[in-house]
Amino acid sequence: MAENNAKQLKDLDQIRALIQKHKKNDFIFAFIGMFIIASLTITLLILFLDLFFDGYPRLGLEFFSNYPSRKAIQAGILSAWIGSSLVLIVTFLVAVPMGIAAGVYLEEYAKKNWLSDLIEINVSNLAGVPSIIYGLLALGLFVYSFGLGQSILTAGLTLALLMLPVVIVATRESIRAIPVHIREAAFAVGATKWQVVLNHVIPYSYGGILTGVIIGMARAIGETAPVITIGALTFIAFLPPSPIGTEAPFLNFDWLQSGFTVLPIQMFNWISRPQYEFHVNAAATGAVIIVLTALMNGFAIKLRYDVRKKIKW
Amino acid sequence: MKHSKFSALGVSAAVAATFTFIAPAQAAVDIIQIDGSSTVYPISEAVAEEFQKETGIKVTVGVSGTGGGFKKFCRGDTVISNASRPIKAKEVKKCKEAGINFIEIPVAFDALTVVINPANDWATEMTPEELKMMWEPEAQGKITNWKQVRSGFPDVPLKLYGPGADSGTFDYFTEAVIKKSKAIRGDFTASEDDNILVQGVAGDKGGIGYFGLAYYEENKDKLGAVKVKNAQGEFVAPSVPNAASGKYNPLSRPLFMYLNATKAAFDPKVKKFVEFYLKHAGKMSAEVGYIPFSDAEYTAILNHYKGLKTGTAFEKPAIGLSVNEILTLSAGN
Repeated sequence: MAENNAKQLKDLDQIRALIQKHKKNDFIFAFIGMFIIASLTITLLILFLDLFFDGYPRLGLEFFSNYPSRKAIQAGILSAWIGSSLVLIVTFLVAVPMGIAAGVYLEEYAKKNWLSDLIEINVSNLAGVPSIIYGLLALGLFVYSFGLGQSILTAGLTLALLMLPVVIVATRESIRAIPVHIREAAFAVGATKWQVVLNHVIPYSYGGILTGVIIGMARAIGETAPVITIGALTFIAFLPPSPIGTEAPFLNFDWLQSGFTVLPIQMFNWISRPQYEFHVNAAATGAVIIVLTALMNGFAIKLRYDVRKKIKW
Repeated sequence: MKHSKFSALGVSAAVAATFTFIAPAQAAVDIIQIDGSSTVYPISEAVAEEFQKETGIKVTVGVSGTGGGFKKFCRGDTVISNASRPIKAKEVKKCKEAGINFIEIPVAFDALTVVINPANDWATEMTPEELKMMWEPEAQGKITNWKQVRSGFPDVPLKLYGPGADSGTFDYFTEAVIKKSKAIRGDFTASEDDNILVQGVAGDKGGIGYFGLAYYEENKDKLGAVKVKNAQGEFVAPSVPNAASGKYNPLSRPLFMYLNATKAAFDPKVKKFVEFYLKHAGKMSAEVGYIPFSDAEYTAILNHYKGLKTGTAFEKPAIGLSVNEILTLSAGN
C-alpha cells in the first residue's frame, strides 16, 4: 500500500511539474504577445504624436475652413476634407450594398461549379491588387468610356471597386460562420430561402460584414494613387454644389460631377514643397486623416458591439 | 435557380441606376482647368488664388506631371498645361491629331542648383564637364570617389542624389549637362521628393545632388551650393539675380504654360486669366521661389499671346535660350 501511495504521489508530482511547465509556456507566449502588441502600439503612438505635435500650430478652426493658398499660414483643407467626405459617401453607398449582395449570392445562391470557383479566386486576388491598377482601370472605364469625367462620382466608384473585394470576402466569411442548424431550423418552420437570408443570414453576419466595411473604408480614405490617376485636383478653392437643395426635391446630384481634391493629395502636395511652413500643414493634415480614420473605426466597432450583444446563440 | 437570376438582375439594375442620372460634364469653359507639372504648380496656385479672389471666376489646378498634363491637354480636357520642360515632338503630334493648337508661354526661370554637403570645401566650384563626368552613364560603377573627379580632390566616397526619371528637372539636367536627354548612370539615389534629396546630401559628407533653387534657399543652413562655370568662363553661384541676368547658365531653365489656342482666342474668361497671369507672374513666381523675367520680357510674352502665335520654339531641343529667342522661334514655327 505504502509503495502504491508513494508511486501515486510521484505520478502526481510529475503531473504537477507538467502543469507547471505548461503554465510557464503560457506565460512566455502571453509575454511575447504582449511585447509585440505593445511595441507596435507604442511605435504607432509615437508616430502619431510626432505628427500631431508637428502639425499642432496649424490645427485651428481656420485650418478646416480655409482653401489651399500659396501662403502656408493661410492655407487650409476645406476643399480637401469636403472632397474626401463626399467621395467616401459615394464609395460607401456603392460598395456596401453591392459587396453584401455579391457575397450573399456567392455563398447562398451560386452553384458550386468551376465558374463560382473561378469567381472566388478572382475576388480574393482582387483584394491584393495594387491600387494604382484600379486607378488606371477607372481612368479608361469611368472617365473616358462612360464619360463620367474627373468627378467625385468617378473617384467614389473607383474607391468602391477597391473596397468591393474586401466587403465580399468579409461577407462570405461571416455567412459561413453561422451555424447550419439556424438555417435548418428556419427552413423547418417553412421559411423560403429569401426569408432565411433576409431575416437570419444577413442579420447574424452583420458583425463580420461591418469589419470588412471598416477595413475597406480605412483603406479608401488614405488612397492617393488611384485618385490622382483619375484626375483629382490639387488646387480647388470652391466647393461642389450642395447635395441638399432649398427647393423640391431638396436633393441635388450636381455635386457628383464636380471636380474635387482629397486629404492625402493635399498632404502630399504640402510635404513636397520646399518651405518648412508647408510641412507643418502636411503634418496637420496627416493628423486629421488619422483621427478621421480612428473615429470611423470607433463608430463601426461600437455599432458591431451593439449588434453582437443582441445575438443569442 | 429563380432566385439566383433575380438577385443577379438586382445587382445590375443597381449599377445601371448609379450611372443613368449622370450626364457627361462637358460645357463651355465654366471653370478654367489647369494641369501638369508639379514644379510650375506653386506659380499657378498663387495666380489662381488671386485671380479667383478678384474676379470670382473659378480656376482649378491639378498635378499630373508635365507628361500627364500634356496627355490631358491634347485630349482637350484642360485649357492650360503646366510644363517644366518644352513640349516634345511626340506630344506636338498628339495635339495636332486631336486638332488642338497651342500657344507656348514661358512664365519664369528656375535655377537648377547643384548642392553639396556644407563640410565639402573642395568642390565649391565645378565645371559642367566635371558634372558630366560624375553623372554620365559611363561613370556607373567607375567614378565612385571624389579624387577621381579632379586631381587634388580628397579621398572621399562620392554619393549621388537626384530626382527620378519622371521629372522634368531630370530631363533638363541630362540635356544641359550630359547633352543627351534621359542619359544618366543608374547607381544614384533617386527620389521624386526633393526634400528627401536635401536630407540625403545634408547627411553625407561626400554627397552631391541637384534640384530647384527654392529647395536650396530653404535649406541653406544644411547645404552648400556649387558655383558652376558658365559659357563665358565664370564660376557663377545659383541665385535669383544671377539667373535673371542670364549669367547662371547652363543650369537655369525656363518653365512654361501651354494654352489651348482656340479657347485662348475666343473664351473671355481664359483671356482674362492669361492677361492677369502675365501681369502678376513676376511677383508671384518670386514669392514662391522662382526667378521672374524682366517687365519688358513679360510685355513681349503678352504680345506673343495676343498675337495668338501657335507652335513651339523647341522642335529641336535647345538649351539656354533667352525669353526673346524663345518667343521669336516659337512664333516662327
